[in-house]
Amino acid sequence: MLRVLLLTFSVVPIACAELCKPDAQNAFKVRLSIKTALGDNAYAWDANEEYLFKAMMAFAMRRYSSKTTTQISNVLLCNVTDRVSFWFVVTDSSKNMTTVPGSEVEAAIRMNRNRINSAFLLSDKTLQFLKISTTLAPPVEPSTPVWLIVFGVVLSLIVAGIVFLIVSGIQQRKRKNKESTERENLEEKGEVTITIENGIPCETLDLKAGHVNGVFAADDERFSSL
Amino acid sequence: PEVPKEDGRPKWDNKFQYILSCIGFAVGLGNVWRFPYLCQIHGGGAFLIPYFIALIFEGIPLLHLELALGQCLRKGSIGAWHAISPYLGGVGVASWMVSVLVSLYYNTVLTWVMWYFINSFQEPLPWSICPLNENRTGLNEECYESTAVNYFWYRKTLNITPDVTDSGTLQWWLVLCLATCWAIVYLCTIRGIETTGKAIYVTALFPYLVLTAFLIHGLSLPGAAEGLAYLFTPNLGILKNPRVWLDAATQIFFSLSLAFGGLIAFSSYNPPNNDCEKDAVTVAVVNSITSLYASIPVFSVLGFKAITGYWDCLDRNIISIINEFDLPEESITRQNYTDWIRFLNSSNSEKIAGLKLKSCDLQEFLDQSVSGSGLAFIVFTQAIILMPGSQAWAILFFTMLFSLGLSSMFGNIEGVFTPLLELQIVSKSIPKELLSGIICLVCFLIALCFTLGSGSYWIDIFDSYVGSLPLLVIAFFEVIGVAYVYKIKRFSKDVKRMTGRKLNLYWQLTWRFISPLLLLIVFVAFVTLQIQKPPSYTAWNPKYEHFPMKEQKVYPQWVLAICVLLAALPCIFVPLVALFHLIKRMCRSKDPSSVPPEAFSSQEAD
Repeated sequence: MLRVLLLTFSVVPIACAELCKPDAQNAFKVRLSIKTALGDNAYAWDANEEYLFKAMMAFAMRRYSSKTTTQISNVLLCNVTDRVSFWFVVTDSSKNMTTVPGSEVEAAIRMNRNRINSAFLLSDKTLQFLKISTTLAPPVEPSTPVWLIVFGVVLSLIVAGIVFLIVSGIQQRKRKNKESTERENLEEKGEVTITIENGIPCETLDLKAGHVNGVFAADDERFSSL
Repeated sequence: PEVPKEDGRPKWDNKFQYILSCIGFAVGLGNVWRFPYLCQIHGGGAFLIPYFIALIFEGIPLLHLELALGQCLRKGSIGAWHAISPYLGGVGVASWMVSVLVSLYYNTVLTWVMWYFINSFQEPLPWSICPLNENRTGLNEECYESTAVNYFWYRKTLNITPDVTDSGTLQWWLVLCLATCWAIVYLCTIRGIETTGKAIYVTALFPYLVLTAFLIHGLSLPGAAEGLAYLFTPNLGILKNPRVWLDAATQIFFSLSLAFGGLIAFSSYNPPNNDCEKDAVTVAVVNSITSLYASIPVFSVLGFKAITGYWDCLDRNIISIINEFDLPEESITRQNYTDWIRFLNSSNSEKIAGLKLKSCDLQEFLDQSVSGSGLAFIVFTQAIILMPGSQAWAILFFTMLFSLGLSSMFGNIEGVFTPLLELQIVSKSIPKELLSGIICLVCFLIALCFTLGSGSYWIDIFDSYVGSLPLLVIAFFEVIGVAYVYKIKRFSKDVKRMTGRKLNLYWQLTWRFISPLLLLIVFVAFVTLQIQKPPSYTAWNPKYEHFPMKEQKVYPQWVLAICVLLAALPCIFVPLVALFHLIKRMCRSKDPSSVPPEAFSSQEAD
């Protein structure tokens, strides 16, 4: 009886070892680059980390298939190297000696990739499941392209500058024209001085608004010539 | 408000403005992206020898000639050459024509700079990542096969067609930027030197600030020492190659912006007693020093880029080896990589061969030399992505390029504007603002053809054929005209009147013999080299079998005809105008009743 029990107990791990080996069916290779990701804060990969990995895989399977049958003991690791890479399979406890199909495992991992990465403080690039390609994140695109905004700012500044210069040029020209016409008028009547009496030029006084005072006008010799 | 002189001619606010304008005109994009490249491919420090010889025997004499001419005759290029001799009026017209053609395509280069500038305000920089393809399964194919920087330049900026005959459509974003650039040029040249004189303080001095910032930052980057050593290590054997001397002569010539008529225009606004001899030496020396000063940050950054590429290459190989052999991380470092490779090759050579490792050679990365727009928009932008704070560096870099180009554009536009102002065709009642507006609008409309899909091919054509050969011809006739038609004795008296000193032996020798001879040799060598091989270009064709290598193509016949036309059109005016005046004189001499008008009899014509 004891011998039979001993035999079964020794067959099971051997059988399990058969399930997990490189390039086995439904097995996945995992590669971690801890030093690249964490530098000086890198942790060493030991049995505890392996336990955590098994726990995360079990967690992922449970979340995906919503049945609580996957145990940590269902996840088998093998061929751990110094690179930190290893192979793993997930066995099916309901059916003896079989592994969960790779597609299910892949789907479970994809669904929980974020949680798995965070547990190890790694990212998609540093915790690689070699057969599972990462989906590319769509690029973030703002609603208006940024360059249009900058372009608008630059263009409005330039147009403002041009308008200002043109308007000031026109004003300058008007001022110059007015000055030059005034100077021309003054030059033409250079000999004739415009005498002003109480703010009114004498010519207009003579012609329009003024009345000659008859009392003084008669005696012309008393007036001095201009 | 400015107070014009009695003859109504505007003048510079102060001497510094004038010197800055000349320096700004001479110092342009070529100082940053052509001179360092020439230094690199022509034996580093050894290139400085032919460069300085060309400067002393060709650059400074021609520069002094143009500045003295403009100052003495106080007219733009067309009027000045007509005053020297009516038969030489064609030289002025040719200068004017070249200025027009160069303004057209030069501003389109500034359009590209502006496009990159307004795209530098994003995080991450748009030329650092590849966009996804249509069904989001992977990266865009064209981008993936070349690099993200190449993709952004050829596809997102130029949207280039695979062939020069395939015009493509107008790229609306480039049209917008082109309109903005011409608006900026209009804003700064709206009243001639009144407005450019103010703008030049910024556009001429700002690039030096940015170059200094890049110098300090560049020298602190890893790989800077390798880049600089590569640039300046002299290889004296290269001096036996005549190509080096030719490149030095042409570089000095085009770098100083001679024969455009812009320098004549600038100096024509000077007071007559300005010391043009000292100005010429100052401008030429500052231009050369700027070229040298600019090459230091450029090559520090290129060295940084090379070493980063080399390290990336090594790291990729290391990762493949570690993954393949399941070795612990950081067991293979860049330092012991070669030892490991030797060890693994001896023990597992098939596995190593199966990995298909690329050979990483730092020299190969440094050898990737580029000049021109490729340097600024592909190589430098890639280097900027690798720097921390890349947005700030990108903005600074493109603003610097824009200022450099803009101050050169001022000279070009002045070379177009000033002769037009003096022509009797343009009536005095047209305000300056309107004339400059018309010039800018017409140039903008014509330059729209450079925003087509094949635009950059056309710009290369314009640059090679307009911006080279006609200038040599014009300069040759300039020197011959002053030395032998106007006569050196007469010119010497004019210069003595202006500067107070007689022309010394150096100027006499160079103007009479050395410079014309040098120009002739350069011209002949240039033409010979051009004729030797059929003109070809490299096209960006995603469907090419060796993509991302560029495809070598030959220009079709009609394009070649346009090339010849572009080179010949300015030059043809020299004999045409001479012929026209000859015929006019013969007709006049046949008809004795008509009184010959002595239009430009005295040298003191204002």
